[in-house]
Amino acid sequence: MSRKKSDEQYNKSFASRFFRWLGGEQDPYIGVVEMKPQKEPEGIVEAKSRHKNEIFRRIQSIYDIKHNKQYRKFDKLFNILSITFCIILVTVLIMAISYMPPVGSPDRPVNNEVSKRYIENGLQETGAVNIVGGMILDYRAFDTLGESHVLFIATITVLILLRRDAKRTDGKISDYYYEPKDDIILQKVTRFLVPVIVIFGIYVILNGHLGPGGGFSGGAVIGAGLILYQNAFGFHKTRRFFTAGTYKWVSFGALSFYCLAKSYSFFTGANHLESVIPKGTPGDILSSGLILPLNVAVGLVVACTMYAFYAMFRKGGF
Amino acid sequence: MNPFMVILLCFLIICAIFVSLSKNLLRSVVIFMSYSLIMSVIWMLLESPDLAITEAAVGAGVTSVLFFATLKKIQAIDAEEKPDEQEEE
Repeated sequence: MSRKKSDEQYNKSFASRFFRWLGGEQDPYIGVVEMKPQKEPEGIVEAKSRHKNEIFRRIQSIYDIKHNKQYRKFDKLFNILSITFCIILVTVLIMAISYMPPVGSPDRPVNNEVSKRYIENGLQETGAVNIVGGMILDYRAFDTLGESHVLFIATITVLILLRRDAKRTDGKISDYYYEPKDDIILQKVTRFLVPVIVIFGIYVILNGHLGPGGGFSGGAVIGAGLILYQNAFGFHKTRRFFTAGTYKWVSFGALSFYCLAKSYSFFTGANHLESVIPKGTPGDILSSGLILPLNVAVGLVVACTMYAFYAMFRKGGF
Repeated sequence: MNPFMVILLCFLIICAIFVSLSKNLLRSVVIFMSYSLIMSVIWMLLESPDLAITEAAVGAGVTSVLFFATLKKIQAIDAEEKPDEQEEE
C-alpha cells in the first residue's frame, strides 16, 4: 500500500490520531485535559490562618452573649424595635396602596396627555419603532444624559476609594499574585460563551430603536461578558485591550458625543429650526435620527463602567 | 393572574425572606442572584423585555459578581469556617 504522505507526516495528522485513539493505543486526555493544581503561595497560608483566627477570636469576645449583660439587653431591645418598625412600615405602605385609584380606571393620574402623546405621535416624531427607546433617547434624552454621567461619576468615586498606588502595592495582596490562571474548564467554556455574549450585547445595542433593549441593557451584557473573560484568562489578557487609558478615552468620547449631539438637537428643536438629521423609514436599522448613535454611546459608557467597577473591586486598578 | 405568575411571586417572597435569614453571606448572595433571575422572568411576563434583559445582566450578573469580589476581599468567605487547631497556643 502506497502512501502519499510520509510516515512522520501521517503520525501528526488528525486521522492517524483518531485511529490510534479508536484502537486504544493512546488516551488523548492524559496529560492534556487534566487540571494542574494552582501553586499555593508560600507564607500567605500562615498569614491567612492567623488573620482568620484573629477575626474569630474578636467576634467571640464581642458577641459573648452568656457573659455580656449589656449585649444581651441591647439584643432584646434591638429585636423589639426592629419588629415594631417593620410592622409600622408595612402598615403605612398597605394603607398608602389602599388609597390609590384602582388599576385601569380612567381617572388615574397616569392616564394624562403625556403618555397619550407618546403612544400616538411617538413613531412620527422620533421614528423609533420601540416606543421605550424613543422615549428615553428622544423625549427624555436629558434624563439619559444625566444617568450616563451618574455612571461616570460613580466610577470616579470608586476609583478614589479603592485605587491602589503602583508604588505602595504589596505584591502579595494584589490579585496579580494568583496569576496566571489555568482553570481549563472555565477557559474552554469561556472561549465558546464570550463571543456569543458580546455579539448578543452588540445586537441589543444596535437594535435598541427596533426592539426591546437599548444602550443600558446591551452595555450591561457586554460588561458581564468582559468580566467572565477576565475571570477565565486573568488581567494580563484583558490589559491588552482594556486599560485605564481605554476607559478614559472611550468614556470621554461617548459622553462628549452625547452632549454635542443632543445639544444640537435641543438647539434646533427649541428654535424651531430644521434639523438636518433624517428620520429614515421606521423599521430600518439606519433610522430614527440620533437614537442609534446615542444608543451606541450609552452602551459604550455602561460596558466600560461595569468592567471598571469589577477591575477596581478586584485589584484597585485596571 | 395566571398560576405560573403566582408560583413565581411565591418564590420571590421566599427568596426575599431567606436572603435576610441566611447566616452564610455567600449563600445569601446566591439567593439574591436567584431573586434577580425570578424578577427578570416576572418582567418578561409583565411585557417589558427591556427591563428583563437589564435585570438579568445587572441584577443576576454584575451585582452578584461585585458582591463575590467584595466577600473575597474582606475574607468573609473563609471566615465562615471554624478556625484550625493551631490557634490554641
